[in-house]
Amino acid sequence: MEGELAHIGAGLAAIGSGAAAIGVGNVAGNFLAGALRNPSAAAGQTATLFIGIAFAEALGIFSFLVALLLMFAV
Amino acid sequence: MATEAETGGLVFHPMDQFIVRPLFGDGPVGLFTLTNATLWLALTVLAVAALMIVGTSRRAIIPSRSQSVGELAYGFVYKMVEDVTGKDGVRYFPYIMTLFLFIVFANFLALIPMSFSTTSHFAVTVVLAMAVFLTVTILGFVKNGAGFLGLFWVSSAPLALRPVLAIIEIISYFVRPVSHSIRLAGNIMAGHAVIKVFAGFAAIAVISPLSIVAITAMYGLEVLVAFIQAYVFTILTCVYLKDALHPHH
Repeated sequence: MEGELAHIGAGLAAIGSGAAAIGVGNVAGNFLAGALRNPSAAAGQTATLFIGIAFAEALGIFSFLVALLLMFAV
Repeated sequence: MATEAETGGLVFHPMDQFIVRPLFGDGPVGLFTLTNATLWLALTVLAVAALMIVGTSRRAIIPSRSQSVGELAYGFVYKMVEDVTGKDGVRYFPYIMTLFLFIVFANFLALIPMSFSTTSHFAVTVVLAMAVFLTVTILGFVKNGAGFLGLFWVSSAPLALRPVLAIIEIISYFVRPVSHSIRLAGNIMAGHAVIKVFAGFAAIAVISPLSIVAITAMYGLEVLVAFIQAYVFTILTCVYLKDALHPHH
């Protein structure tokens, strides 16, 4: 029974991947919106873009990690 | 039936690829056992050394292919360090260059079929991230003395808010090595596990063409991720270094 509950928990933790997808999409979409308004300034901001994406994605990876722990470690 | 329960119905387990095994024999893995992790870490170092030694051995005006790649990597990392940390951060360029080349080569070597992905192991990435964290913290105190604590005291915020912000800043400072290492290992592990899950589906005849297409697509994405994660790890190191050199907001 406990193992089954852990599987349900792992599935719930996978929702976090979707949340991270929203976050990363938000960052990239807003970057594109800004870049199209002022293309000359866009090239200098790609580093900021990647840092923002990395921060947003890290939390999705955390949820993936929780899912992995529930599947294989609990 | 028992094996099916263990592998979740797939032909093989998607996480089996990350098991550390001894290279010779089946003995237990001790501190000094040569394992597949040791082998691929050594190959990574050899690949980095080979690129830089071969690339710079015959420096020609018209560069050879290896020289072009070496110069490209050098220029790319140099520009990144200079852009993020400023002129005084360039002193620490060799360390950041080493980090970048090591991670990018480890990630790319892990994409070779049947190879072992070293950067998918937290043991590897935590060491890298802790090294960065300790370097940056010690450097911050050496360069700025107690002024390094100004990093946590946001002087542009209203006075009443500053203690609260200081607590948040301190927590986020100490979470840095955690997120720094988990980001790299998690991304690489997730990508490789997904490829293996699709590879497991390929054994089912009905959906095998679809899953082979999916493997190819995921592989392409992983090539991209392998580079981007190395880039992100390096640029975050640069950001932390900048914080250590210029702690005032």
